[in-house]
Amino acid sequence: MAIIEAEGLKKTYSSKSGPVHALDGMNLSVPQGTVKALLGPNGAGKTTVVKILTTLIQPTAGTAHIDGIDVLRNPKAARRIIGVSGQYAAVDEGLTGLENLEMVGRLYHLGAREAKRRAQELIDQFELTEAGNRPVKGFSGGMRRRIDLAGALVINPKILFLDEPTTGLDPRSRLALWGIIKDLVDAGTTLLLTTQYLEEADQLSDDIAVIDGGRTIAEGTADQLKAQIGGHRVVVSLVEAADAPAARVILGRHGDGEPGIGGDGRTVEVAVTDGPRALQYILSELGERNIALHDAGMRRPSLDDVFLTLTGRRAEETEEAATKEVAA
Amino acid sequence: MSVLVPEGRQPENQRFRPEDDARSVPPSELAMWFSDGWTVTKRNLTKLKRSPDMLVFAVLQPVMFVLLFSQIYGGSIQVAGTDYTQYLMAGIFAQTVIFGSTFSGSAMAQDLKDGIIDRFRTLPMSSSAVLIGRTNSDLVLNVLSVVIMMATGFAVGWRVNASMGSFFAGLGLLLLFSYAFSWVMALLGMSVKSPEVINNASFMILFPFTFISNAFVQSQTLPSALETFANWNPVSALVQAVRELFGNVGSEPLPDAWPMQNAVPMVLIGAILMLVVFVPLCIRKFASISSR
Repeated sequence: MAIIEAEGLKKTYSSKSGPVHALDGMNLSVPQGTVKALLGPNGAGKTTVVKILTTLIQPTAGTAHIDGIDVLRNPKAARRIIGVSGQYAAVDEGLTGLENLEMVGRLYHLGAREAKRRAQELIDQFELTEAGNRPVKGFSGGMRRRIDLAGALVINPKILFLDEPTTGLDPRSRLALWGIIKDLVDAGTTLLLTTQYLEEADQLSDDIAVIDGGRTIAEGTADQLKAQIGGHRVVVSLVEAADAPAARVILGRHGDGEPGIGGDGRTVEVAVTDGPRALQYILSELGERNIALHDAGMRRPSLDDVFLTLTGRRAEETEEAATKEVAA
Repeated sequence: MSVLVPEGRQPENQRFRPEDDARSVPPSELAMWFSDGWTVTKRNLTKLKRSPDMLVFAVLQPVMFVLLFSQIYGGSIQVAGTDYTQYLMAGIFAQTVIFGSTFSGSAMAQDLKDGIIDRFRTLPMSSSAVLIGRTNSDLVLNVLSVVIMMATGFAVGWRVNASMGSFFAGLGLLLLFSYAFSWVMALLGMSVKSPEVINNASFMILFPFTFISNAFVQSQTLPSALETFANWNPVSALVQAVRELFGNVGSEPLPDAWPMQNAVPMVLIGAILMLVVFVPLCIRKFASISSR
């Protein structure tokens, strides 16, 4: 049996405009020692799943087990083996970094001395030594996030839940956090991660579930998903919009599926299987036809591409639902 | 003979390897209740120490009230059988601890807003610890206020005219009532959207309750509708009970209203009722709240 098992999870909130289905029959299975990423736009239901599995809210229907413990019936036992770090840092602003972590250790029922030792250890590991003795109030967003993550690791949890751990962080802090998460995963922690970034899911997880409208719409390894949506995108930016139809024919010859033309009328894009090779052919054919370019290159598929391929609509269109989830 | 081998630096990728000594072990329910409650109390007191405005509120405001009323209004308000300063103190004690208890509400709302409640709720701690820690630390704040008010009162001539036992009974009743009221406020704090709501609402509601009472004037001097309100106002009962136990009553006969005639049992029953009703309600509410 997998260490995280959830079946038929439903969560319905009532709102002025009628019931909102944050989760609509979601299934989830994560084998021990692996990393699962829930990938989806705001409002897809990622946070709701994490809140249910971490005992914060009760689902309207469905079952959830972690490590054989019924999360809904026996939340206290579940809390003993999990570490949680949410989208918004759950730290006490008025306490110092050290005091925050020591308090968490005490509430996990580590001894006083052990809680203190562990807090100091985490502060050092997370390179917060200078900030450890100052109230969190004055910390930057990245530092708060690190304190929060450290709080999730006070007991070396069997299962770690990270809800959009890098949202709102600058690129440097994001890379640093990825490093920390990779270390944890190498040490054998089971991790359930939610993210809006395909790249993040790709970097950190063994297995990705794409979430939309409160249910899983695709599942597999990053490579499997990419094969489904096409590995890379070749994008060319034309000098003359008049060349777009000709360019579209050329890109179509070397790509998988129909090339798209951007809103400016001069950007043509197509999914390809072998990026560098396709780019070479496309550029040389464009050259033969004397089509002048501003720019040309490859890019990795984004969450938007995943969505467009899987659902036929763009990820932003579900943003509306996000405000509802946050309000609930 | 053993050979000492220097410990090598841990490889980078093993920095977070689980250690057996850092595991969560379930203690007994009672031990957990005590230790978690204490951990949260300590957290709140640490924060209190760092927030000068709260200390000003707890320390300066009661001093100001004692001085303002006894020195400025004291000359023009007559109470038969005693002087105004003696009469006034019980009123100021009651008003201050009641307003002190509202802090439990705004602090719960603030914790909810800051997201720290989500952290607490994913920890294997006692389900009442956050509430117990909250009400405990606000009790400490109230004790501090009362001690300061007593010292100030003493400086301007206030004296206890009762036995030691009666004095401590009065003190106990005052703090018991404020402690029970903290739980009422904590429930409100978990039910509102922002801490500001609690601050504004408690001021709007408590202000008339503390002023349309016998706290600062004798209820007999009020217009008749207000006099009835004042005689049945729970704040008046608390003030009357403390006044009796501290021996600070005047010579006028008590108003002919049950709570005034039986102030001490009334306050005792009221406080116990508040605890019996609101402690379970608070614990139930806490088990389902989540930030954002």
